[in-house]
Amino acid sequence: MRWLPIFKKEMRLYFGSPVAYAFLALFLLITGWMFAQIFLIYSELSMRAFMQPMAAQNLNPTENVMRPLFSNMSVVLLFFMPMLTMRLFAEEKKSGTIELLLTYPVRDGEVLAGKFLAAGAVYGLLLLLTLTYPGLMAAFGRIEWGAILTGYLGLLLLGSAFLAVGVFISSLTENQIVAGSATFGALLGFWLIGWGADAAGGWVRTVLQYLSIIEHMDSFGKGVIDTKDVVYYVTVTAFALFLTLRALDAKRWKG
Amino acid sequence: MIQVDHLTKSYGPVTAVSDVSFTVEKGQIVGFLGPNGAGKSTTMKILACFMPASGGTARVAGFDVFSQSMEVRRRIGYLPENAPLYGDLGVGSYLEFVAEIKGVPRGERKGRVADVMVRCFITDMQRRLISKLSKGYRQRVGLAQALLGDPEVLILDEPTIGLDPQQIAEIRALIRSLAGQHTVILSTHILPEVSMVCDGVVIINRGRVVAQGTQAQLVQQVFPTARIEIEIGGPRETVVAALRGIAGVLRVDDLTGADGSGRFLVESPRDRDVRGEVVQLVAARGWKLLELHQVGMSLEEVFIRVVAGEEHGDVAPALAAAEGAV
Repeated sequence: MRWLPIFKKEMRLYFGSPVAYAFLALFLLITGWMFAQIFLIYSELSMRAFMQPMAAQNLNPTENVMRPLFSNMSVVLLFFMPMLTMRLFAEEKKSGTIELLLTYPVRDGEVLAGKFLAAGAVYGLLLLLTLTYPGLMAAFGRIEWGAILTGYLGLLLLGSAFLAVGVFISSLTENQIVAGSATFGALLGFWLIGWGADAAGGWVRTVLQYLSIIEHMDSFGKGVIDTKDVVYYVTVTAFALFLTLRALDAKRWKG
Repeated sequence: MIQVDHLTKSYGPVTAVSDVSFTVEKGQIVGFLGPNGAGKSTTMKILACFMPASGGTARVAGFDVFSQSMEVRRRIGYLPENAPLYGDLGVGSYLEFVAEIKGVPRGERKGRVADVMVRCFITDMQRRLISKLSKGYRQRVGLAQALLGDPEVLILDEPTIGLDPQQIAEIRALIRSLAGQHTVILSTHILPEVSMVCDGVVIINRGRVVAQGTQAQLVQQVFPTARIEIEIGGPRETVVAALRGIAGVLRVDDLTGADGSGRFLVESPRDRDVRGEVVQLVAARGWKLLELHQVGMSLEEVFIRVVAGEEHGDVAPALAAAEGAV
């Protein structure tokens, strides 16, 4: 249970500096704007549906508002998550505090768990705050909470993969800017790789689609939990965390 | 309490520490002396389990720093060079974090933190952000975190660096008060600090131990005879002959330089003080005694002789004697 003091320390650092506030406020501002636009278009469509009852059959607030919002949020997260993870190890290495941290009676795994869970907690808080959007929709009409919770499960899994990749890259450098931009580059790469799928055919298409980090978010948005998507995110998270432990170990050996 | 055996550490092609061996007994305070880049910090990092050695072994409190690292880490307090701390935390909350991570039980934490803050004179600063502290206060917060959890062994890398003279005196008194219950190894390049604080000394240069022992032992081994330096106004040859005539004088060197000031170095056995006789002799002959002082008695002179001498490769005999000392 030695991860707990590290978790608490990281939370103090997130909320004792502008990092967490900037992360939360900017993300909510951007996604709030997106939500408003999608919502306005949707209400326009609903108005028209009064005139053409046929079109009304396809209208569904969960499908037409929340699903596009989930996919927009996934892309915005790609830009924002590096903000949370870039300092986790890079800052400790730069300031030398890692030397004290790694000589306290805690295992590397506990240090990593404390840091990863702290970043996860800030992200979790963010997701809670974005519940405002479906909450607002629920005030105006009926929505399918089951599908929305599934979407949130998807965001949680996607986010943990993003965070794990970020933590790993942060453990490789002592420069926060490098950690942040490399994480962004890696995540962007994992997304863009999926674009190649459209042009390719056959098994290449399947592989590229499977690798694409945001592609797997799609079925969660539809309210479907597909094992292969869960496995994908869990694997990416676990593998990145495993690599982080190896990087910490290697750091000891190289000095 | 600390046993270092043939320890070697290389960073790629650079050997930072080479075949270092020494021991520190329980309750002792040992000073780790050496010029910059001698390998002091590297040795301390290995003892604190921050990085493994390339060769040799080190045991702290009976546990191997590599294979039983957790056991060692539970028993040490470490202050790395320059006291790296989290600037964005307050002094009090930082120390509470350290107490928690070192496994101080919840009920005792507040009391223990308050206690180390008093001992390190930082109680007034507990609400301050660490990044707003002066160098001296940061250093003391670093020392406070090392003391938390009441570790058996303290590894302090330059604990008094950046402090003002008054603070240095306070911190030295604090470290001195740890002797007995705690075993302390501290590195420094301030020689008088070692004389004031430490029981034993390990001198390291270019990654090798060049001398170790208590201060008195080192002085005796490096300078086996008592020496006095005198300046006398009088005819040089006659003076030398007269000095040689004093009973117990082993050797007289004429150090007179180009300015013709008449300086002489007189060596005698350590238990034979010839200063009184020299003064009487000068007075009896009607010469002028301009200066008289003892040399080769301080750690500083030992250090310079051992470290500088090693560079010229001419201290082998003195060192061979000193090596087996502790």
